[in-house]
Amino acid sequence: MSDSLDPIVAAWADRIRAAAADRIALHVRGGGSKDFYGRSVRGERFDTTDYRGIVAYEPTELVVTVRAGTPLAELEAELAAKGQMLAFEPPHFGSGATVGGAVAAGLSGPRRAAAGALRDFVLGVKLLDGRGEVLRFGGQVMKNVAGYDVSRLMAGSLGTLGVLLEVSLKVLPRPVAEATLRFDLGEAEAIGRLNAWGGRPLPISASAWADGALTVRLSGAEAAVQAALADLGGERVGADEAAAFWLGVREQTLPWFGAGVGGGALWRLSMPSAAAPLKLGGERFMEWGGAQRWLRSTEPAGRIRERAAQLGGHATLFRGGDRSGAVFHPLPAPLLAIHRRLKDAFDPADIFNPGRLHQDF
Amino acid sequence: MPETQVQSDEPLAAEHEADFAAIDKARLIEALARVLPVGALMYDPEDLRPYECDGLTAYRQVPLAVALPHDEEQVVAVLRACHEQGVPVVARGAGTGLSGGALPHDRGVLLSLARFNRILHLDPHSRTAVVQPGVRNLAISEAAAPHGLYYAPDPSSQIACTIGGNVAENAGGVHCLKYGLTVHNLLRVRGVTIEGEIVEIGSHALDSPGYDLLALMTGSEGMLAVVTEVTVKLTPKPVLAQCVLAAFDDVIKAGDAVAAIIAAGIIPAGLEMMDQPATAAVEEFVHAGYPLGAKAILLCESDGTPEEVAEEIARVRAVLEASGATEIRVSGSEAERLKFWAGRKAAFPAAGRISPDYFCMDGTIPRKRLGEMLEAIQAMEGKYGLRCINVFHAGDGNLHPLILFDANRPGETERAEAFGGEILELSVALGGTVTGEHGVGIEKIKQMCSQFASAEIRQFFRVKAAFDPPGLLNPGKAIPTLNRCAEYGRMRVSAGHVPYPDIPRF
Ligand SMILES: Cc1cc2nc3c(=O)[nH]c(=O)nc-3n(C[C@H](O)[C@H](O)[C@H](O)COP(=O)(O)OP(=O)(O)OC[C@H]3O[C@@H](n4cnc5c(N)ncnc54)[C@H](O)[C@@H]3O)c2cc1C
Repeated sequence: MSDSLDPIVAAWADRIRAAAADRIALHVRGGGSKDFYGRSVRGERFDTTDYRGIVAYEPTELVVTVRAGTPLAELEAELAAKGQMLAFEPPHFGSGATVGGAVAAGLSGPRRAAAGALRDFVLGVKLLDGRGEVLRFGGQVMKNVAGYDVSRLMAGSLGTLGVLLEVSLKVLPRPVAEATLRFDLGEAEAIGRLNAWGGRPLPISASAWADGALTVRLSGAEAAVQAALADLGGERVGADEAAAFWLGVREQTLPWFGAGVGGGALWRLSMPSAAAPLKLGGERFMEWGGAQRWLRSTEPAGRIRERAAQLGGHATLFRGGDRSGAVFHPLPAPLLAIHRRLKDAFDPADIFNPGRLHQDF
Repeated sequence: MPETQVQSDEPLAAEHEADFAAIDKARLIEALARVLPVGALMYDPEDLRPYECDGLTAYRQVPLAVALPHDEEQVVAVLRACHEQGVPVVARGAGTGLSGGALPHDRGVLLSLARFNRILHLDPHSRTAVVQPGVRNLAISEAAAPHGLYYAPDPSSQIACTIGGNVAENAGGVHCLKYGLTVHNLLRVRGVTIEGEIVEIGSHALDSPGYDLLALMTGSEGMLAVVTEVTVKLTPKPVLAQCVLAAFDDVIKAGDAVAAIIAAGIIPAGLEMMDQPATAAVEEFVHAGYPLGAKAILLCESDGTPEEVAEEIARVRAVLEASGATEIRVSGSEAERLKFWAGRKAAFPAAGRISPDYFCMDGTIPRKRLGEMLEAIQAMEGKYGLRCINVFHAGDGNLHPLILFDANRPGETERAEAFGGEILELSVALGGTVTGEHGVGIEKIKQMCSQFASAEIRQFFRVKAAFDPPGLLNPGKAIPTLNRCAEYGRMRVSAGHVPYPDIPRF
């Protein structure tokens, strides 16, 4: 395996083996843009940003293979130059965001409900496990069922299973046409409307509701966008304003997300799209056709979790609040047991980001 | 360097095939009879016959018993009983799998989910359906049709195959280029572990806390848990679909046209290719009116609003013309569109009609290597003295070469196997994989040794053990033991491509 001879990878492997032998926790970190996310981490800083660069990119194959420390912005610029994009619109949350960090965090942006999540676009990974071994799973092709889908398992694992070295991602052409519409609607009506639209073949690529206004983005072929504009009504938002708005949704830089508005921690509730309004105290912002609901609230965690679960979803303490508690929704016992064993399978000495995902591992 | 530590946590299962010789059939039957109603347990040899193989009929094996539970409680009880006695369990849906995934274990129980055939709930508003694993793929789309919805992944076997089998294989279809594979269209899977624990993986939300176990379950070939319930996403039916049929006088040109369509920023709803022998074989079978003189034909589907389809078809046509298509037809009606597809969807039965036996390969390669692969396959036809007809999910580089042979002729099965093995090895060498959608099963287990190094194989065993610590769910499938790989490696080195009769096939 020629890449294991790469001096950076070789040095990392040595460091991991030494850390495993001495049980030294490592805080695996790219640009640090998602330091706020997950439970608070302990451990020696393990910086991945030196291992960067696009390894292979062939637009006609719809695949890019990139080293994990590559800045996300650099990758996106390269894809845009070829008329392509990461369809899951990953949030950066800071200028230093790396591709590896995006995959490890597993977060997707406004296009998620329409195009799929980050995990849906992961085709392959190369990683260093907790034994310091280089492992490759998946590959560069669209369809691959050889062995368990370990590549997708890495998405959202928050660096607790290994140090990502390379990832292969499926990319898609950028839509030819785009338009944004705004509607005055209450929360319950917006949920109803979004789900009804979801049942029709409309080119809706993003939605955001807050404070009585529903904003919807259409993307696709010129004819499809034009037809939907005529069909849906609403008020057209200018192209520049729309672009700034969707960027603000993705990066959470809209005034709604500003600290202090409403007070309290920022919760992310992942819900069945048609779930009723939350009826929890606090400010609400809804995306993904109703499936992602942000809540800025001072309500107790237990109450928020209970309400989310009651409606068939789960709640994450996204920003702020107590980062040493259960940031993510608790797992039922049989799943927790599987999680522990998986963690043990990849990182037997428990050195990678211990505690970031769960207090026990 | 903590070599010893690396050694010490080796799961034993990775090294050698497990030995189940000590299983006591009478004791097993007694335990199963206690938890299953009359008619849900079979162990007379003649009752076991129908279960001896799946779609890969070259491999046959009767199990010790077949269990046909009616409900999840019975599944739990069967798994607990097998767990207690250390008995292997192989789950089975419709048995249409092409890689031997549902091939019974000679010392095990075959667990059929055939009676789990109800659609439990279909919610048009949130566009989801909760179904039992034995529900047929097409039945979901049929139930959703009155609401203008359908279940997008459409394997050619969709009238017969079950959603449980689709989950286990991460099945694809001709429309997955645009609409995704099974893994992209699932929300939740409920299953039972070998220990009899019920696990809810995923939810009706778009994601779940913790690791992405839904991704691990999908394509896991019944080796992690037995699926008892599935929630799928439903997709709105496009207003219109139209199909373009293009003929080429050269397969390489057809392959290049596929790349050119993608390069133009078009993601068609389907993009399929057949070579001349495949076209001839299906034409005889379905009379679709395919151009028989063409060296290859492409089927390219557009869907959406009428305006959108017209726009895309015009762009596709321009690309095809520039790529040297000798003939271009656009379906003028739904009936004609279905006729265009009829042949492609009937490729396997058509192969079965012109040849007593066939193996269907399933490698996936980068699209740009299509031409190379086709040339190599042609050379292999000469080398092995067997014919091969080719159908491809060209849009995703997924190949289905169908190797034709006659098992009654001495040596042909072995030659066909070696032929297939060489195609798979070449798929790996060209930067692809041995299986795109049919699974490894028992069929491609040796070639897994070419695709993965021992470190990854060990890791796969550890992943399995995280769900199935005693290694009783479908043992011997999908992931080769290191022992098997070592043996395979020795044979390849010493004899080149020879059959491997001395490897036990249970
Ligand atoms: C003519 C023909 C055309 C085909 N076309 C396609 C195609 O276009 N695309 C494609 O992807 N495949 C295709 N296939 C292959 C096959 O239909 C698929 O792999 C299908 O998903 C298998 O479903 P099944 O219900 O028949 O599963 P089975 O064959 O019964 O089982 C397949 C695997 O799933 C496991 N399994 C089944 N049910 C469960 C359960 N409830 N829980 C856990 N594990 C379970 C089994 O143990 C086995 O490993 C085709 C097959 C044929 C014969």
